[in-house]
Amino acid sequence: MLSFKEPFIIMKKELRDYFVSPIAYIVITIFLVFTGFFFFKDFFYFNQAEMRNLFQLLPLMFTFVIPAITMRLFSEEKQSGSFEILMTLPVTTVDAVIGKFLAGLVFVLIMLSPTLVYLITVILAGSPDFGPIIGGYLGAIFLAGAYISIGIFFSSMSKNQIIAFIIGWAACFFLWLIDKIVLFLPSPLSFFEYLGSDFHFQNVSKGILDLRDIIYFLSIIIIATLLTTKNLEERR
Amino acid sequence: MISVNGLIKSYGNFRAVDDISFTIRDGEITGLLGPNGAGKTTTMRMMTCYLQPDSGSIMVNDCRIDEKPLEIKKMIGYLPESAPIYGDMLVYDYLAYIAQIRNVSDKKRINEMGDLCGINEVMHKNVRELSKGYKQRVGLAHAMIHDPDILVLDEPTSGLDPNQIIEIRNLIKEIGKRKTVILSTHILSEVEATCDRAIIINRGNIVADDSTANLQASAGGNNIIIKVKGVDYATMSTSFREIFGVTDVQQVSVDELVTVKITTSKDSDLRPNIFKMVAEKGWVLYEMRQDQLSLENVFRELTTGGGANA
Repeated sequence: MLSFKEPFIIMKKELRDYFVSPIAYIVITIFLVFTGFFFFKDFFYFNQAEMRNLFQLLPLMFTFVIPAITMRLFSEEKQSGSFEILMTLPVTTVDAVIGKFLAGLVFVLIMLSPTLVYLITVILAGSPDFGPIIGGYLGAIFLAGAYISIGIFFSSMSKNQIIAFIIGWAACFFLWLIDKIVLFLPSPLSFFEYLGSDFHFQNVSKGILDLRDIIYFLSIIIIATLLTTKNLEERR
Repeated sequence: MISVNGLIKSYGNFRAVDDISFTIRDGEITGLLGPNGAGKTTTMRMMTCYLQPDSGSIMVNDCRIDEKPLEIKKMIGYLPESAPIYGDMLVYDYLAYIAQIRNVSDKKRINEMGDLCGINEVMHKNVRELSKGYKQRVGLAHAMIHDPDILVLDEPTSGLDPNQIIEIRNLIKEIGKRKTVILSTHILSEVEATCDRAIIINRGNIVADDSTANLQASAGGNNIIIKVKGVDYATMSTSFREIFGVTDVQQVSVDELVTVKITTSKDSDLRPNIFKMVAEKGWVLYEMRQDQLSLENVFRELTTGGGANA
């Protein structure tokens, strides 16, 4: 029943929209300037061939970069009324949500790809351990997927892109924050840290692939996608 | 064939569509007519699977809307009100995108639509830069690109200039020869000019559903307007009332010429009798014309009854 053709067409359209408008270039530039600065700030100081700096920073960067990417995906359609056209084309609501999700994910991949330059720098500077680097990128993709699906959910809630962005940012930031607050909770409640996105990301970025972490990210993606679909269908 | 049965849709406490039932036959151009806020758009949105009805059913060619929405969406071409098309795309890219999603693989189809809707000269413009008329035409092209059996057009001529309106109407009439077309409008002349049948909706209810010819006829008898010189209104009025079949005589204006409106019963044409009388009495006839009640009168009568806003 689930076909890949329609989501793929929608994904292509959304991706083109990103790069036709200035938003893609603005977001990517800000992302690269920040990560570049924080990556190289201590890089020569510590004199170690590793990319840990980058991956420690990514989850926090993503909390506001990704909602900025996803905020327009449904809000803009609802605002302009083109949502009506989308919903009367022969695509299911899930097709549309998945298409937009994939567009966000590909966008993040494009945004991350220039950071491979850092990798080259690291390789030139020494002999890095590839485990954490591969784990870091893999974790980044999973984390981005989770945040994108959350961002899309809030984009489907509001006609207003700014509101979609702020609430999306708050939700992602909260997930990032959880394992840091756990320090202040009594120890029986320490299981809360399993809910934290950064906790799972740091696990993956150590280069250890644990099924639990992957399940965590996948379940966020699936739950948020289903909620988005339900939310869009409910309002009809 | 589309059959709509007991359709109800409410927004909060406001009942936009209240128990509407009608059938639309194949190959007819049907006009959904009604004042603003009557429920035309809501009805169309439910027919095109954008909104879900609170209750009632819609069948399109033996597919129930709640069971096979995808099938129905494939059969229907829909132009939403004021054509909300993606602003950041070129017209050609937009149509290519729709064609792709509609499974139209032949790229020539886009150019065909360009010829048909007269949008070739804006193909490489951004949708946002288009005037309302061009946007509306792109919307039409978007609705017809997959050659659907059923076209649903929500106020297709709004925002167009008079020439464009006539072009679009001719286009719709042309398409209507082969397809089923449903269009909504609050412009009466549009229904008179294009539609075979009109469904008049007021405040969520159907108040009339008939062929446009019948609706015009049912509006009451024919009126004959005549302008005469050489007589005063009172004598003219009493003389005309003597003619068999005249039901009423009303004064329209009196200056040098006396203009009166003579209402006659439906099926008789009394113009010869009136002419004879004018000739016998030696009055000077300046003008005589038959004034058929237009749909406008029917519409006013039906939609303003019961204290509704005009």
